[in-house]
Amino acid sequence: MAAFFSPFISKPDTVAQIMLRVMLALLPGIAMYVWYFGPAILVSIALASVTALATEAAMLKLRNRPVAPFLQDNSALLTGWLLALSIPPLAPWWLIVVGTAFAISISKHLYGGLGNNPFNPAMIGFAVLIVSFPAQMTHWLTPHGLGQVELGFLDQLRYTFLGSLPPGVTLDAITMATPLDTLKTRLHLDESVKQIFDMPIYGRLAGQGSEMVSLGFLAGGLYLIAARIITWHVPVAYLGALFATAGIFHLTDPAHYVTPLFHWFSGAAMLGAFFILTDPVTSPTTNKGKLIFAAGAGLLTYLIRAFGGFPDGIAFATLLMNICVPLIVLYTQPKVFGKKHPSGKNGGAQ
Amino acid sequence: MRTLFKFHGGVHPPGNKAQSTQQPTAVAPIPAKLVIPFRQHAGEAAKPVVQVGDHVLKGQLIGEPAGFISSAIHAPTSGTITAIDIQPVAHPSGLPDLCATLIPDGRDEWVERKPTDYRTLPADELRHLLRMSGIVGLGGAVFPSDVKLRPLRDHPNKDIGTLILNGAECEPWITCDDMLMRERAAEIVQGAEMLRSMLGSREVLIGIEDNKPEAIAAMRLAVADSGLPFEVVAVPTIYPGGSAKQLIRVLTGLEVPSGKLPTDIGVQCFNVATVYSAWRAVAHGEPLISRVVTVTGNVARPRNYEALIGTPLTDLIALGEPLPDTDGYIMGGPMMGTPLPSTSVPLVKAGNCIIAGSKKLFPPPPPALPCIRCTRCAQACPADLQPMDLYWFSQSKNFGQAQAFSLFDCIECGACSYVCPSHIPLVQYFRFSKSEIRMREQEKQAADRARERHEYREFRIEREKQEKAERLAAKEKAAAAAKPVEPPVVATNPDAAPENTAQMKIQAAIEHAKEQAAAIKPKNTENLSAEQLAEIAEIEARRARIRETAKSDVEPPKE
Repeated sequence: MAAFFSPFISKPDTVAQIMLRVMLALLPGIAMYVWYFGPAILVSIALASVTALATEAAMLKLRNRPVAPFLQDNSALLTGWLLALSIPPLAPWWLIVVGTAFAISISKHLYGGLGNNPFNPAMIGFAVLIVSFPAQMTHWLTPHGLGQVELGFLDQLRYTFLGSLPPGVTLDAITMATPLDTLKTRLHLDESVKQIFDMPIYGRLAGQGSEMVSLGFLAGGLYLIAARIITWHVPVAYLGALFATAGIFHLTDPAHYVTPLFHWFSGAAMLGAFFILTDPVTSPTTNKGKLIFAAGAGLLTYLIRAFGGFPDGIAFATLLMNICVPLIVLYTQPKVFGKKHPSGKNGGAQ
Repeated sequence: MRTLFKFHGGVHPPGNKAQSTQQPTAVAPIPAKLVIPFRQHAGEAAKPVVQVGDHVLKGQLIGEPAGFISSAIHAPTSGTITAIDIQPVAHPSGLPDLCATLIPDGRDEWVERKPTDYRTLPADELRHLLRMSGIVGLGGAVFPSDVKLRPLRDHPNKDIGTLILNGAECEPWITCDDMLMRERAAEIVQGAEMLRSMLGSREVLIGIEDNKPEAIAAMRLAVADSGLPFEVVAVPTIYPGGSAKQLIRVLTGLEVPSGKLPTDIGVQCFNVATVYSAWRAVAHGEPLISRVVTVTGNVARPRNYEALIGTPLTDLIALGEPLPDTDGYIMGGPMMGTPLPSTSVPLVKAGNCIIAGSKKLFPPPPPALPCIRCTRCAQACPADLQPMDLYWFSQSKNFGQAQAFSLFDCIECGACSYVCPSHIPLVQYFRFSKSEIRMREQEKQAADRARERHEYREFRIEREKQEKAERLAAKEKAAAAAKPVEPPVVATNPDAAPENTAQMKIQAAIEHAKEQAAAIKPKNTENLSAEQLAEIAEIEARRARIRETAKSDVEPPKE
């Protein structure tokens, strides 16, 4: 009985447990990743984990904060994992290291550490990498059975750390553009959606393999909702807005605009809906605010995918909506018990 | 079946109620010494009406109510008053307070009790009887019950359509109301009918959380036996469902407006133990000198005791036989109770439960981490507040913003702290902010008063100056008048007439003074309502009449 004031009891939940369960929920998607694209992603995750913990420890030390309790909160690990899952798995080792170190040090600790960062650290890491190293960020692995050559685990390791491929194998032979990227390029060449989808890289819903990874993330996300770690608001509003926007364009011109389902199961839509946009620190606190925030991100994702310069739009959509969070929260204050009008509108805006 | 409503949020902490309900309520023995605080209720402390050395009887008045919101204090048993002094009491502030020390004579001899049929007494006499019997809210707020039974000041004719009996007892560990309802249901129902008749309510709802099936059954049986049209409603078990505003919401769907009282929406709410004591006071002439208290937690014999007010908690705790690893005690429940700095303090009317604590039962919380804005607190808040925002404002001492985000609608239930995965003592931050704001408010009021005093002083000095100038002027004038009138030559040559210049100066001074007097406007005379203007006109007319009469008295009409 060390507490000097009530309440003297508390739920056993901790930040570390919440983060750990989010990481557990990523496992089905990671399993699919390994199944379809080989174990390279595990190397990325391991590299990201080590970098995240090392950067976190260094920054805490620099900021004169206790290292042990914060290292154990699993938040840095989760950031590292999310970044690793967002970038090509077969990449030189320094790519994920640079991205993770930047995410943890600049976008998390320079803003005050856990709980104080306005932008999603993993997405900041992603943005830095795609702007600084665009070439390395486009070498995505070809799924099983589609490439001319398949690298073994040792070959993948050798490429990641030494940058050398087996004799006679070129990088182009083992990597490809993502289904989203391919779609965009081909559409520019005036091919119709139907023609493009006849390519072997496309599966039932979206890209071969990547659609299954998305399904894995969807399963993990549903677990997060069932376990009450996240609420339904962000995923439903995000996927809803993405579906609606894609649906409208698809209905107007099916030859040029792919189905909404394709958008759901392509790229990082599922990862974003359940794992990235739901980051509590950088998303609105009010339920209504969550809906607006996520719907905005869904709309932006579609616009960037369909009309923007980048193949996928989750990172920039997330960051752009992160900017709006304080404003959204201010104008979506819920009604207080026994009060007629939310106080935030009048009382809060000063 | 009645349609029940929900309130936002709430939590489900482990109940831990079974331990203390295995055995019926026992009567705690009369201790060797009783310490009875004079402040056991909200409002003014009672004023001692006995002296050291007096022999008192059980139920004898020893402290009379002193103020509108106040209540009486009685001797819990017969004996001798050996001291009236400042003693440590169980108050969150930890401050000691005025208490009477009573050494029982062991005879437990009652004063003459006057059982009354409440139907024969008018409501105001009944209220007085309750006030003089020390009846206060036993749910924790200890607010004098007679005040809650008064007709509304603003709408004396508005009726309180619904009377709610609060038997929810939502805090974990506490079972005193549960046992009281199981064992003394009939008297609670009779008391409810008495209070209903005083309020003129049409409907009586008895809300009990559904984790107390025995209490619900007992109360239903008692209501059926009485033939009264009361409704015993099983409400869902959720903390803080026993908070008056939340219970009213669950039972009626109505929300007590922020800053208002339940009576403003035609509802009044009493704890079941309060109703029981009110009934004992009227029907048996027994003032509030004992209550049921749960002794539980890290003890070998958890149980409820009917104990005399003033019993040292050490004695009560000893009845429960605390286990060796006990490292502290809580008065009240684990969600809203206060830690006891010492067990030598006496049992008071607010004391519903004593929990012995240990590291195992109440492990120290892990060190607090930063808020990650997970909003679990907002999801748990029964007042629909945003605790993570209030925490942010409190931490940065941004009290204005905290108030704008409805800090004062926080009922301090602790649900937010309970669910926080970062283990931030949120509710403690809110208590801190509230007390800071109240303190600043008081300081501001004090400063306002000081400023007003200063302004008045300035005004007074100025007025005295003027009066002095006027007196001087009058004197000079008189002196000038007394002098022989100068020839008009002087008038044509003002430079040669020093008196004249002096007179002009005086004239100027008087003008100046008058101007200043005109500049000082009386306060609070702008924006008056028609009624106030009429009232002023009437007063002025009266004054004029008085002046006229006075004049006519002094100067009788010539003729």
